[in-house]
Amino acid sequence: MRTKAVNEVTLDFPSQSRNESFARSAAACFAAQMDPTLNELEDIKTAVSEAVTNAIVHGYPDAIGGVMLRMRVLEGNVLELTVKDRGRGIADVEKARQPMFTTGGEERSGMGFTIMESFMDKVAVRSAVNKGTTVVMRKKLAPRLKK
Amino acid sequence: MEIQVKSADRNLLLEFSGELDNQGAGIALRELEEALEAALPRKLVLDMSGITFMDSSGIAVILRAQQKMQTLDGSLLVRRVPPQARRVLEAAGINRLVTIK
Repeated sequence: MRTKAVNEVTLDFPSQSRNESFARSAAACFAAQMDPTLNELEDIKTAVSEAVTNAIVHGYPDAIGGVMLRMRVLEGNVLELTVKDRGRGIADVEKARQPMFTTGGEERSGMGFTIMESFMDKVAVRSAVNKGTTVVMRKKLAPRLKK
Repeated sequence: MEIQVKSADRNLLLEFSGELDNQGAGIALRELEEALEAALPRKLVLDMSGITFMDSSGIAVILRAQQKMQTLDGSLLVRRVPPQARRVLEAAGINRLVTIK
């Protein structure tokens, strides 16, 4: 399902926790060209934070690995965000997407996918054990009147 | 993530400021445990007014606080939650489990 992009940027960074904040700020900067509302910007930042945190915490639980964030503007004012790692992978994606399910112990709430699904229009997850996980999220931003 | 701890007469107030993400939640959980241990409060208030961003990591902090206060037979109130953090709590249904003002 590869749609032609109007614009796109790809970032690669190591799975360090400090990059969670960097990734969501970068996504907000990229989305600014779509003239989003403040709420939409917050939704985008929150969804990216969840996906990138999952890659860092669950993709690479005991190592530092690479995380990719691809941001694309698609036709029709749709923002597509892809977060990809080459880490441990998820054995059962259906289970992982259920609210309150986590393998992360008491430090994690198990609500990451629920938040992504709530704040974006579409969330697709592909994963293979020991190969990594790719999360693709899309959100159509409301058309706004040109000033 | 910065946390101001105020304790008096077994009432404990934690004022959070900054970003309550995975990194911030690690700090918040440690401070929460320490403050609870020292104060053994009957009432715990988490003031969120200084939070500039929160994701599901913040939910883990609030649920831990709730669980600890149940163990202590006390109460938890989460107050002054900014709009973005409030939407995260509502999306996860936490507003049905915890008293939020």
